[in-house]
Amino acid sequence: MATASQSLPLPRRRLSQGTRHTINGLIFASPWIFGLVVFWIYPTLASAYYSFTKYNGVRNPDWTGFANYVRLFTDDEEFLAAVYNTVYFAVFSIPLAIIFAFGLALMLNAKIRAQVVYRTIYFLPTLVPEVALALVWVFIFTPHSGLISAPFRAFGSRGPCWLTCADWAMPTLVLLALWIIGQQIILYLAGLQDVPQDLYDAADVDGANFLSKFRNVTVPILTPVVFFHLVTSVIGALNFFAIPYIMTGGTGFPANSTLFYSIYLYKNAFHYLEMGYASAMAWLLFMFTLVVTLIIFRSARLWVFYAGGED
Amino acid sequence: MAVKTQQAAQEFAHNHARRLMFKRIRGVIRSTLIHASLIPAAFVFMLPFMWMLSTSLKPDVQFYAYPPILIPSPLQWSNYPDAVTFITFFLYMRNTLTIAILATIGVLLSSSLVAYSLARIPWAGRNLLFILTVATLMLPFQVTMIPLFIVFKNLGWVNSWLPLIVPHWFGGALYIFLLRQFFMTIPMELSEAARIDGANELKIYYSIILPLSKPALATVAIFEFIARWRDYIGPLIYLSDQEQYTLSLGIYEYQSQYGAEWGLLMAASVMITLPIILLFFFLQKTFVQGIALTGIKG
Repeated sequence: MATASQSLPLPRRRLSQGTRHTINGLIFASPWIFGLVVFWIYPTLASAYYSFTKYNGVRNPDWTGFANYVRLFTDDEEFLAAVYNTVYFAVFSIPLAIIFAFGLALMLNAKIRAQVVYRTIYFLPTLVPEVALALVWVFIFTPHSGLISAPFRAFGSRGPCWLTCADWAMPTLVLLALWIIGQQIILYLAGLQDVPQDLYDAADVDGANFLSKFRNVTVPILTPVVFFHLVTSVIGALNFFAIPYIMTGGTGFPANSTLFYSIYLYKNAFHYLEMGYASAMAWLLFMFTLVVTLIIFRSARLWVFYAGGED
Repeated sequence: MAVKTQQAAQEFAHNHARRLMFKRIRGVIRSTLIHASLIPAAFVFMLPFMWMLSTSLKPDVQFYAYPPILIPSPLQWSNYPDAVTFITFFLYMRNTLTIAILATIGVLLSSSLVAYSLARIPWAGRNLLFILTVATLMLPFQVTMIPLFIVFKNLGWVNSWLPLIVPHWFGGALYIFLLRQFFMTIPMELSEAARIDGANELKIYYSIILPLSKPALATVAIFEFIARWRDYIGPLIYLSDQEQYTLSLGIYEYQSQYGAEWGLLMAASVMITLPIILLFFFLQKTFVQGIALTGIKG
């Protein structure tokens, strides 16, 4: 700024390069600065405020202190069920997704014929609109008569009750989620194709077998991809909404066994008009997401391997 | 001596050939095993599509037939016109396209401008803005969902397309991030030379940076268009007038009112899935690059 005032005596007043850059930078970024404030920062703060109030979206919010949070933990069995279901889903579906995506990518990476065809087939389900996905799943998993029961019928059984009974609904959803791991497969495959061949050559010289090459070369180099997959899929699992909502009509049927956190939050906000209560749920989710991601980031130095540091 | 050498050489050649043969056999076994696991996997991944397509051409009586019927005969094409009529498919498609196209134009324009500022103009606050941008990616949408609804309600925008379009005209965090990464790979000398020639930033933006970034811009456009085409929760929150429904919401509402008319529902499902799959096949490279791009800096 000092240089700007020093350049004032010039005959034609010109802005310094730095000032001009700042002005241009702000002008170009202005849509997002506005968007950030209006669509992100303000709503985040407002939601924090609502979470301490009783608010139906019409009348002014009534300050109630920690009442919403207390009620969530002490007087709401549906909330506890939603937490349990969501954590259950995350705990089982994420490791399975990592194993399957990694495994399929490994096989695709072996120089085989028709690699692109396989890759395309595995990726396509992730493009299907959730409505179509959920509907066809409900249809296939119709107990006793849907397509899924055909192999069971061949053995004279009629198969499990799938989405229609409390014990089976969640395992079925975990299974179904494996169908949409195409993006992860592509990420792992891209990672595998970046592994420098000379690392394998060096391992060959040392007489390493397939398993030790896998353990000491492939896995370490792919840990950044696993890390990325882990972070994004934790966030994804905690926000899982459309598919179970469409499948059950938003009821969490049967017996709340598919009541996910975001479904219960949505119901509180827009069905029961408990906007304050739902905001408290949103903030708890936010805090929980932060803690989990922080733990993953902290743990990264123990298991994520960055070749050559940067880049 | 010479005989001995010849013998050794022969022996070596023989062993070498054997080793090569073993290697080749091992290779064949290996690739057979790999295909033996990849093919069933591909079948499982394809099955729901095939079932969707097959059911969309079936009469009611064959839905739950055992053994299952994959290729119905006769083909019941009438499920398609029925779906179009009873679900008012074209009305919903017009609505969905309007929202998706307007949102895509907005997000492209705004995100590229912002990314240009973050990547190509050296100014003091840009790192802070970039950190905030990335931070919003971690924020669950539920946190902002309720206050935004209240804001749009007070503006009188609820039950219109505006809440589904307007926010996208102010930039999308993921796309800003993506484009910034891409813009940074373009040599700075290009901008500096243009500045010396007296070009202003807007000119550099549209005559140098944008033309060089077509692949990244295409990725953003496709991702956003598909995201809006598939979007379910947005329309669910904001649209209550049937005239305004998008395809996803319309098909869901139809199903929840009239239940399991699978032939018709699957025909509709095929019709909302097909455009995306076609888009994918035409632009496959852009897709795969885009996915790799979002995953680069884990």
